Amino acid sequence: MPGKLKAKIVAGRHLPVMDRASDLTDAFVEVKFGNTTFKTDVCPKSLNPQWNSEWFKFEVDDEDLQDEPLQITVLDHDTYSANDAIGKVYIDIDPLLCTEAASVISGWFPIYDTIHGIRGEINVLVKVELFNDLNRFRQSSCGVKFFCTTSIPRCYRAAMVHGFVEELVVNEDPEYQWIDRIRTPRASNEARQRLISLMSGELQRKIGLKVLEMGGNAVVGYLQCFDLEGESGLVVRAIGTACTLDKLSSGSAPNTNTHVHPNTAPASNACNSPSKDGKEPVFGEDLPSSSGPPTPFRALPTSSSSPPPFSPSKPCSRQSSSSDTDLSLTPKTGMGSGGSAGKEAGPLKTLLRQQTQTALEQREFPFFTLTSFPPGFLVHVGGVVSARSVKLLDRIHNPDEPETRDAWWEEIRQEIKSHAKALGCHAVIGYSESTSICEEVCILSASGTAAILNPRYMREGCLDIGSTDHRFEEPSPPSCGFCHIPYDELNMPFPAQLTYCYHCRRQKVPDVLFTTIDLPPEAAVTGKGCLIQARLCRLKKKAQGEVNATAISNLLPFMEYELHTQLMNKLKLRNMNALFGLHIQISVGENMLLGLASATGVYLTALPAPGGIQIAGKTPGDLSNEHHILTIQKRINDAIAKNKELYQINPPKLFALDPEVFCGINMELTEEGVGSPIPEPRQRSRLFRSHSESSDELSELDLSHGKKDAFVLEIDDTDAVEDIHSLLTDAHPPTGFYSCNTEIMPGIYNWTSGIQMFTSVRVFRLSNANLTNQGLNKIFTDLCENLLKSFYFKLRSMIPCCLCHLNFTVAVPEEELIQVTVTAVAMTFDKDQTQEKPADKPITKGSSETEEQLQFPLELCADTSSANTQPSSKISGVPESTNVSSRAASVDYGSFADRCSTWLELLRLKAHTIRRGSVKTISSLERCSPLPEGRSRSLRSSRSFGGSSVTVVKMTPLSFLPGIRIIKYLGIINMFFIRETTSLREEGGVSGFLHSFIAEVFAMVRAHVAALGGNAVVSYSMKECVLMENPNKNQAQCLINVSGDAVICVRETDQETTASMTNIGQTCSSGTDGAT
Amino acid sequence: MAVELDVFVGNTTIMDEEVYQLWLDGYTVNDAVKVRMEGGVMDECEASADVLLSDTMDQYRTFQMCERLLHSPAKLANQLLFQIPPHRQTVLIERYYAFDDAFVREVLGKKLSKGTKKDLDDISAKTSVTLKSCRRQFDNFKRVFKVVEELKGPLVENIRQHFLLSDKLARDYAAIVFFANNRFETGKRKLQYLTFQDFAFCAGQLINNWTVGAVDNMVEDMDVDLDKEFLQELKELKILITDKDLLDQHKSLVCTALRGKTKAFNEMEANFKNLSRGLVNIAAKLTNTKDVRDFFIDLVEKFIEPCRSDRWTAADMKLYLTHYTNSAHILDTFKHQVVWDRYMGVIKSCIFKMYHD
Repeated sequence: MPGKLKAKIVAGRHLPVMDRASDLTDAFVEVKFGNTTFKTDVCPKSLNPQWNSEWFKFEVDDEDLQDEPLQITVLDHDTYSANDAIGKVYIDIDPLLCTEAASVISGWFPIYDTIHGIRGEINVLVKVELFNDLNRFRQSSCGVKFFCTTSIPRCYRAAMVHGFVEELVVNEDPEYQWIDRIRTPRASNEARQRLISLMSGELQRKIGLKVLEMGGNAVVGYLQCFDLEGESGLVVRAIGTACTLDKLSSGSAPNTNTHVHPNTAPASNACNSPSKDGKEPVFGEDLPSSSGPPTPFRALPTSSSSPPPFSPSKPCSRQSSSSDTDLSLTPKTGMGSGGSAGKEAGPLKTLLRQQTQTALEQREFPFFTLTSFPPGFLVHVGGVVSARSVKLLDRIHNPDEPETRDAWWEEIRQEIKSHAKALGCHAVIGYSESTSICEEVCILSASGTAAILNPRYMREGCLDIGSTDHRFEEPSPPSCGFCHIPYDELNMPFPAQLTYCYHCRRQKVPDVLFTTIDLPPEAAVTGKGCLIQARLCRLKKKAQGEVNATAISNLLPFMEYELHTQLMNKLKLRNMNALFGLHIQISVGENMLLGLASATGVYLTALPAPGGIQIAGKTPGDLSNEHHILTIQKRINDAIAKNKELYQINPPKLFALDPEVFCGINMELTEEGVGSPIPEPRQRSRLFRSHSESSDELSELDLSHGKKDAFVLEIDDTDAVEDIHSLLTDAHPPTGFYSCNTEIMPGIYNWTSGIQMFTSVRVFRLSNANLTNQGLNKIFTDLCENLLKSFYFKLRSMIPCCLCHLNFTVAVPEEELIQVTVTAVAMTFDKDQTQEKPADKPITKGSSETEEQLQFPLELCADTSSANTQPSSKISGVPESTNVSSRAASVDYGSFADRCSTWLELLRLKAHTIRRGSVKTISSLERCSPLPEGRSRSLRSSRSFGGSSVTVVKMTPLSFLPGIRIIKYLGIINMFFIRETTSLREEGGVSGFLHSFIAEVFAMVRAHVAALGGNAVVSYSMKECVLMENPNKNQAQCLINVSGDAVICVRETDQETTASMTNIGQTCSSGTDGAT
Repeated sequence: MAVELDVFVGNTTIMDEEVYQLWLDGYTVNDAVKVRMEGGVMDECEASADVLLSDTMDQYRTFQMCERLLHSPAKLANQLLFQIPPHRQTVLIERYYAFDDAFVREVLGKKLSKGTKKDLDDISAKTSVTLKSCRRQFDNFKRVFKVVEELKGPLVENIRQHFLLSDKLARDYAAIVFFANNRFETGKRKLQYLTFQDFAFCAGQLINNWTVGAVDNMVEDMDVDLDKEFLQELKELKILITDKDLLDQHKSLVCTALRGKTKAFNEMEANFKNLSRGLVNIAAKLTNTKDVRDFFIDLVEKFIEPCRSDRWTAADMKLYLTHYTNSAHILDTFKHQVVWDRYMGVIKSCIFKMYHD
C-alpha cells in the first residue's frame, strides 16, 4: 500500500439556488476515490457554504493513484426526496506523484455539471504521501514526468533521448451500452467522462512503465488522442518520446553536468532491465567524424554495451489483422532502402550512414514526436513521410487485447519507417498520428519528417537545452546543415533538382524542402514566413462497408496529390522554398472528404530561389486564349513581386552571382540521376505518398517549354482556371499581421509579452444545390479565409502581432456540415526591430543578464584556444582541426561533420560560461519554486484591484511564453469534458451553447493550473471538439479534450524581486485563499 | 448554405468597448453592425460585413453571458469563467451602471415598481433611449435600491462597495435611491428645466445634512430617510414669519447689509417678506410626507420663480441668501440658530444650484 491520498473540502461559493422555496441550498460534498467515499456535513441554507472538513484519507496503491481521478460531488441535501447533484469536480492527482512537480493541490475549482455547465466553485486541498516501493514488478510508473511540449522542456536538459513510446487502450463506449437506454443523459455523460479519465490514467501509467524499462524518466511530446468509434468502442492512444531529463538546478555545477559521460550514461544504463537491452539504442560507435582519431569518450566503459542481441520484432507477430477489414492501400513500395542508397557514395559517407543506420534500426521505430531540437542534434532533413490507411471498424471484442488497433498502427509505422529509409534517413522526427472516423470507416494517418540525427548527441547526453538556451550569433552557424540532402544524389529516391548549398556551397541541397518540424532556430532565413494552406473538398457517393472504404481509398491519392500541388503553387507564389510544420488532415464524412494542409512557408537562404510560375495554354494557336493567359501570367508575376516585398524576401546576392554555374550543375545532376530534364511537379517535392502508384497518369504532363526553373501551370480546362483563381484569391494578412502554424514566426525575433490564446469554431451548412467539387472547394476555402479574416479583425488591437501555431482542424460532423476548429495564439512584437535579427537571439529564450552575455566573446575566444591546444581534451573529444573559420577546400561529408562537431563543442563551452554567470539567478529562483504560491506579483496586485482573488493563468499552444521564464513544470493537464443540453434555444442556439462550453473548459483548465500553484499553461491544445446537434429536438452535445503543461513562470525582469517577494507573499496569499 | 455556428473564445475575454456601448444602448446586432460600418471600423483591418457581423454576434454573446455577473459586480472579480483584466472589469461595471440623463430625469423620484416599469415604453419613446436600454437602467436602479435598502452605514459608501462603482457614479446612484425613497416630485413642468445633475447635487446636500445619518452613522436607512426630529424642529422656525417684530427686524438687517451692493436691491426689499415667508413655510411643512415630495416644486414656486421674474442674477441670489441666513443670527429673540443653519445651509446650496435657466 504505497500511498496515502488526503483531501479536505474547505468551502463553496456562488452555488446555484437548489431550493426554490428558500432561494438557498443545503449543500454537502461526497469525496470519492476508487471505491471509497467520504461525506462532509450538510451546510444548511447557504450559497457560500463553509465545510472546513476534516482530512479525508484514502490508502491506495500507486497504480490506482495513477489511474483514478479524485471525484468530488457537490449535492443538495433533501430530507424527503433524493439528494440533487449540483455538479462534480474531477481532480487528476498525477502531478502530485512526481517529486519535482506540485506538492499540493489547493484552490477553487468550478463545479461542473454536464447538463448545466459550471455551477459555483469549491475550494479543495489535496495532498499525497507516497511510500517508497522497490518492487521491481510493480505496475505503476509514478515519477515519470509527462510533457506535451514537443521540445526539451525549458529548465531541463536531456541526458538521453531514448525514443518512441506508444500505447493504446480500448473499451466499450458507455454511450453505446444497453444501460444507456435507461439512464439519464447526465449519468451517461458522467460515466463517459469518468471512463475516459480512467483510461487516460491507465494509458499514461503504461507508457510510464515503458519509459522506465527503457531507462528514461520522462516523456516529451506526449500526444494522447481519443477515437470515438461509436458502436465499436472507444480507443485512447498515445505516443511520445522517452527521454532522461535532468533538472537544471543551481546546486550542481553545470560544468560537471554537461560533460561527465561516465556519470550520466552508466546511470541510465543501470536503470535498464537487462531483458530490454534490445531496445536500448547503442550509438557509441557512430561518431559522425570518421576521420578524426578516437576520442577519449569511445574508450570509456560506457560505450561498451555490446551490440544488442536481438530486437524483439513485435510487428511480425501482430500483423495478422483480420483480412476482411484490411483495406489498407499501402503498397509495400519497393523503394530503395537506405543501405543500397549509400553504396555508390564515397566510402566515408557510406560508412557513416551504415553505422548510424544500424544503430537506429535496432529500435523498433526510430520515431521522435519532437518538433524542435537542441542545436547539433538534427544533422539532415530528408522530407515529409506520410502514410494513410483506410480501415473498417468492427466491435472490439476483448478490450484487454487491443490487437487489431495495435496491428493497424504497427503497419502504418512500418510504412513510415520504410519511407524514411528510402529517403536515406534513419529517423523520423516531428512524428504524429491521427484518425478520422465516419460511421464504420476510419482513416488512420501518420506523418513525420525523415531525418538524420546526430547519434553522438543521443548517446553522450549532451542535449543541453539549458545551456543552449543562451544562444548567440555563431562565427559560422550550421544554419544550412540540416538542408543538405541525406540521400545519395546519384541514387535518389525520386527525381529532384539539386544545387550546391547557397549558404556554404559545399553540400547539395534540394530546390524545395517540406518538413513537419519547427524551423530550427539556427537556420538562416531570408525575410519572413507565412501561413500556407491547401484546401480541398471531394464528393463521394454514400456507401456502406467495404464499398465505402474502397471508394475512400481510391480518392485519397488524388487528394494528396492535389493538396500537394496547391501547396507547391502557393509556396512559389510567395517566393519561398521551404515548408515547416506541415500538417495534412484528411477528414471523412458521409458524402465527402475534406483535405486541409497547413504549413509555414519560408525562404531558406541555403536553398535556391524558387522559380516563378509560368502559365501555359493547351491550344497555343488561339489568340483570345493567348491574351487570357498573358493577363493571368501578369497577375501571377505581380503577386509574386508583391509577396517578395510583403515578406521582405531579398536573398543575399553573395551566392547568386553566377547562377549559370549552379544551373549547369543542376542540369547535369538531374539528367544524370533521373534522365528527365524537367521533373514533373509531383516529383519536385520531398513529400512521400503511400499512394504513389495512382499518380502515374499525372506524370505524363509535358512541361518541356518555358524556363527551366519556372514552375509551369497548364490551363486546359475550367478547373485549371479555377485553381489559378483560387491561388490568387488567397488574401494577405492585413498590415501589421503575420501568421504561421509553427511555434514562432521565422523572421520575427523580438516578441513582447502580449499574448492572446483563442479557440474558434465554425460550422457551415451546405445546401444541396451547389454540391459540386468546385463549389465545395470554394466554400471550404472561403470558410478558412473568412476565419482568418475574423481573427485579424478581432485581434486588431494587438497590432503589430503574429498569429502563431495556427492549428486548423476540419471535420464533417454530419452530411451537410463542415466544421473548422482553430486554436492559436496571437503574440505581439516590437515592430521597430523586426528588420534585423538581434545579436542575442530571441528574448523568449535569452537570459536577462546582459552583462554576462557581453563577456562571452572574450571567454569564448579563450575557450576556443584552449580547446585548440588540447585536441584530445578529455571533456570534449574535439577533433584535431578545430579552427572554426577555416574553410576546408574539400567538400566531403566527413570534414563537414568535423566542423559541425567542432562547432557544437564550442557551443557547449560557451554555454558553460553563460551558466556559470547565471548561477546566482537560478539559485534565487530555486528558492521560490517549491512554494505552491509562487504565482508572482500579478496575483497580488490584481487582488488589490477590486478584491479579485483569481490567479491570472496564461495559456499558449507554444512551448514558451515571450518575455517570461518558466521556472517549474507542474505536470500535464489532460482533461475531457462532455456538455449536453436539452434547451438549446434558451442557451442561445448552438453558438451560445458552444461559446459557453469553451469558456467553461478554459475556466476549468485555468482553475486546475492555479490549484497546482501554476500561472500558465504551455503547449496547450484542443485535441478534440466533437459537436452533435439536433435543433429540432432542441438538443446538443459536445465533447472537448484539451491538454497542456502546467507551469510556474516569472517575468524575466522580475525574477529577483519575485523570488524575494514570494517568500513574504506566500503566507498572506495562502491565508486569503482560504478565506475568500 | 449558411454559417450554422460561429464562436470565438479567447483565454482573456476580448471585449470591444465600442460594441459594448452599442449593446448597452440596446442596439440589435444588425443595427450595431450598421453603426460600426458607418464608423469606418471596416477600413481598419480590411474587414468585410460578414466579419463585422460575426464579431458583433460574438461580442453580444459574451456580454449576455457576462450580464448575470454584472448584476452583482463583486462576483465578476472572483468568478472563474471569464478571464478579464481588472481594469477592464472596472470599465465593464462602470459602463453597465452608467445611465442616460434623459432617462433618469424621467424616473427620478418615481417609485421603482412594476407599474413604473410598464411605462418604460412611453419613456423610451419620449427620450429616444431604446426600450432595452431603459429596462437595463431601470433594473440597475431597482437592484441598487434593493441592496442598499437593507444595509447599515453610509449610502454612497455602500453603493460603491457593493457595486464597485466610481465615487461619482456611486453618488449619482445615492441620489437616485434617495429620490426614489422619498418620492420627490421632479416631473412637473416647472421643474423640467432642472437637470439630473442639479437634483443629484441637491440630493447630496440633503443626504449629508438632513438625514438621520448626518447625526448618527450606524442606523439602518440612515442616509435614505430624513431626520424626523429635525423636521419637527423646523416648525420652530415659523416664528421668523409669525412674529411681526422679528420679521421686520430681519428685513431691516438684510436690507442694511444689501444696500448699494446690488442693482436688484429694490426688488429684494419689496419682496423680502414674501420670500422669507415662502422659505420658512417650506421648512415648517416638511413633517408632512406630501410636502416633502413637493419640496423642489415649492422651492421653485415660492422662491426661484419670484426672483427670476425680478431678474436677479446668480450673484444677487448668493448675496441675498447669505445675508438672509446670517442676519438671523443677530436677531436676539431668535433661539433656533442650529436648526436654522442646518436648514438654510441646504436650502442655500440647493437654490444656488437650481437657479439657472
